[in-house]
Amino acid sequence: MIEITTTSPLHHFPGGIHPPEQKALANQTPIQRLPLAPMLYIPLRQHAGLAGDLCVEVGEQVLKGQALTRPGVDNGLPVHASTSGTIVAIQDHPLNHPSGLSGPTLYLQPDGKDQWLEHQPIADLSRVSHRDILVHLQMMGIAGLGGAGFPTARKVAGAQGIDLLIVNGVECEPYIVADDRLMREHAAEIIRGSRLLQTITAAKQVVIAVEDNKPEAIAAIEAALNEGNTSDSNLMLRVIPTRYPSGGEKQLIQVLTGQQVPANQLPADIGILVQNVGTAYAVARAIDHGEPLVERVVTITGQALTQPGTAWVPLGTPIEHVLNASGFQPSKKQRVIIGGPMMGYTVASLQVPVIKTTNCILAPTSTELAPPEHEMACIRCGACEQVCPASLLPQQLQWLAKAKDYDGLKQHHLADCIECGACAYVCPSEIPLVQYYRQAKAEIREQLIEQQKSEIARQRFEARQARLEREKEERLEKHRKAAEARKAAQAARADSGEDDPVKAALARVKAKKAAQQAAEPASESTDAPVDDKKAQVAAAVARAKARKAEREAAPAQADDDKKAQVAAAVARAKARKAEREQAEQAAAKQEQKDGEQS
Amino acid sequence: MSFFIASSPHSHQKRTTSRLMQLVLLAMVPGVLAQFYFFGWGIVWQLLIAAITAVSAEALCLAARERSPLRGLQDYSALVTAALLAVSIPPLAPWWVIVIGTLFAIVVVKHLFGGIGHNIFNPAMAAYVLLLVSFPVQMTSWLPPVTLSGDTVGWWDSLRLILMQFTSAGYSVDQVSAVETGQLFDAVVMATPLDQIKTDLAQGMTLSESLNKPIFGAFAGHGWLWVNVAYLFGGLLLLQQRVIQWHIPAALLGSLAVAAIIGSIAAPDYLPGLNIHLFSGGTMLAAFFIATDPVSAATSNRGKLLYATLIGVLIYVIRSFGGYPDAVAFAVLLANLCVPVIDQYTRPQAYGQAGGRR
Repeated sequence: MIEITTTSPLHHFPGGIHPPEQKALANQTPIQRLPLAPMLYIPLRQHAGLAGDLCVEVGEQVLKGQALTRPGVDNGLPVHASTSGTIVAIQDHPLNHPSGLSGPTLYLQPDGKDQWLEHQPIADLSRVSHRDILVHLQMMGIAGLGGAGFPTARKVAGAQGIDLLIVNGVECEPYIVADDRLMREHAAEIIRGSRLLQTITAAKQVVIAVEDNKPEAIAAIEAALNEGNTSDSNLMLRVIPTRYPSGGEKQLIQVLTGQQVPANQLPADIGILVQNVGTAYAVARAIDHGEPLVERVVTITGQALTQPGTAWVPLGTPIEHVLNASGFQPSKKQRVIIGGPMMGYTVASLQVPVIKTTNCILAPTSTELAPPEHEMACIRCGACEQVCPASLLPQQLQWLAKAKDYDGLKQHHLADCIECGACAYVCPSEIPLVQYYRQAKAEIREQLIEQQKSEIARQRFEARQARLEREKEERLEKHRKAAEARKAAQAARADSGEDDPVKAALARVKAKKAAQQAAEPASESTDAPVDDKKAQVAAAVARAKARKAEREAAPAQADDDKKAQVAAAVARAKARKAEREQAEQAAAKQEQKDGEQS
Repeated sequence: MSFFIASSPHSHQKRTTSRLMQLVLLAMVPGVLAQFYFFGWGIVWQLLIAAITAVSAEALCLAARERSPLRGLQDYSALVTAALLAVSIPPLAPWWVIVIGTLFAIVVVKHLFGGIGHNIFNPAMAAYVLLLVSFPVQMTSWLPPVTLSGDTVGWWDSLRLILMQFTSAGYSVDQVSAVETGQLFDAVVMATPLDQIKTDLAQGMTLSESLNKPIFGAFAGHGWLWVNVAYLFGGLLLLQQRVIQWHIPAALLGSLAVAAIIGSIAAPDYLPGLNIHLFSGGTMLAAFFIATDPVSAATSNRGKLLYATLIGVLIYVIRSFGGYPDAVAFAVLLANLCVPVIDQYTRPQAYGQAGGRR
């Protein structure tokens, strides 16, 4: 049982760093509204999980807040139209993701009217079933806005009857001020959302946690608590010391309660649920106003911008539009980072859209955040270990990752690394430690998949072998049975006195022999049959010889034929010639005769 | 336009390895100045010879290993090794002593084990041990501090002594020492206070008799006290700059102090006390500059405490009962050997591995 009071001691997590905060760049001005982008790119998948099923077609007119997908096979979250307009295309578009890959995206061309679909708020929570509340949160597309984008309804469903709900307003990452500004301007709604989440989860206590580098936000929350007279022992504000990464879920739990979430377990397993202040706000809007999640506060910061600040950005707005509206002046080797300088990722294309998890767009100059330099050798200085909030040995992990010693990595609990980047931040040799860990994690994951695959293949092979073996045995068994049946039948026949066919055959042969032997004395007296046989044999031999001679003669005959034909032709020609000569001679004689006669 | 892709974190603390090594070199300046003051020009020449040798050897080794010598030399680690060895050897030792030592440190102890970050032994200390067992005479011929002799060898004579083993007047190191000390000591130079105690005890004197010799002041050995104070000051600078953590110096000095107190209570006539142990020989140099070498030290905080405690105890044991007057190098090397085991058994428990509720 966890119980926290406003005075209960705060705890420490090991390690941590104090990078330059740089929050004043963007938190001095109220949250603005930028002009609407000419085209919104709404990816089908914006949360942790699979994309939903499309429920609009190209050319369809949609209203603001209209669901464009519905929960798909894994019962995930729908996405909604961030403004009214026309769906002009559904095709692959660069995703807002470290991979830089493209994915299915709805192209929404705003009509400029920003016309809402009719809102469907829940007026009284007590009249709606618990299940329906969760379905409502799901259909409103509410995901964790702190970073991972886990579907809120699912997270809440897994944390019923908990001891402690922590509403996370720590925002420890440098530069990011989205939650800071939201707390300053919408403290009452954040408290309302926290109450709603408390009701839904039946949490015994709610603690709103804020780092002490946000005095205005702290004052705003305090004022809202006092004003609404809602401050009681069940809902309180705790201010925690500024230290990166105290806003990490596990670290915040440790700071507030002194407890650690056991490895491979969830905070809910120790009776705790952590939700971001932005999520609490979104929950309040979804339940009280029936507004789905179609926009969020985005920090737009960095010294490559002339007007940094925060803005309500409709989901799907390309970051190019956001940056240009803030006076973006890119330089050579410009980096654009989604998220903060510690855990954010760079994007290659400015066409990637703002999505539910985009809390910051950071465009630093190269003097502000120096690009990575040449990696030097590790000198085992141990600075990384001093700052690791998970009490890992980053330097050993680095050796192991480079050596691809996956067993060693598991032994050193690589899986517990939260990739906060504190180790790489302090490394004097500028070793990109987190990069090595990510790669090793991916390789381990791949290896695991390969192992599973080969395991399945092995099982299939063994099953097949077993089947073949079984079939062979069955076959042998069948043969054995058939043989037995035959033997049994034979035995039965023998018993019943019937003749065995073999014996019968033997008997017949014997009988024949006997008959021959009986006839032999007669044949000895006269040689005729023997001579007859000899004559027959001689005749057969003669026939065979004749056939052989014939076969041999056949080609020769063919040759002779040809020669004969030629000879015949020649003979015919000679004969004709002779005839002609004879005829001429006869004619000449006749003429002579005729002449003599005349 | 195309945008630059990089892996997080994008923010870095601008505290590079080169900068750390430079700070170590800077923090050695007070100690070097103290040695210069008490023992004369020799240390300057030794530092110079060691630095030249180390940089050349490092460059050649890097080239032979097909790495960029320019980039490799930028980390200043070779210079730190050279400096640590140069301040450890007698100031007027012949040039080939420091050259052999530096070459051994850089080529064998460092690069044959895989270069920076991969050596299991502290290069300077391994080289020191090699020199001590190979050239015991040269390695124990320390000059008496200037406060006793009243005069030091000039820069030119120092260089001649180091390079040619004779001064312009034709004296050798032993003779210089004898002349300069006005025959205060025996003909053979008994250099360091620790060495003096060891010899005296071996000759049957009691500790207090030995401590009454002129080489000792009221608190500790003449000159050596201030050299140690200067290194302590430099070490505190390193701590203040967060180049090193407190664990190793505290554990080393603490364990040495505890051992010295226990020893002096148990055998006051034979075992020197806290003051002698902490402010003689290379104690402070070891505690802040040598044992803190991250490459050859244990990693985790608990490991560092254990590692340095081991060094402190070993220093005491070898100084008191071993055959050599000072023991830093042996103690550090022995502890280096234990580092893998220490690291294995002092791993901190990772987050969430305790299992269940507290």
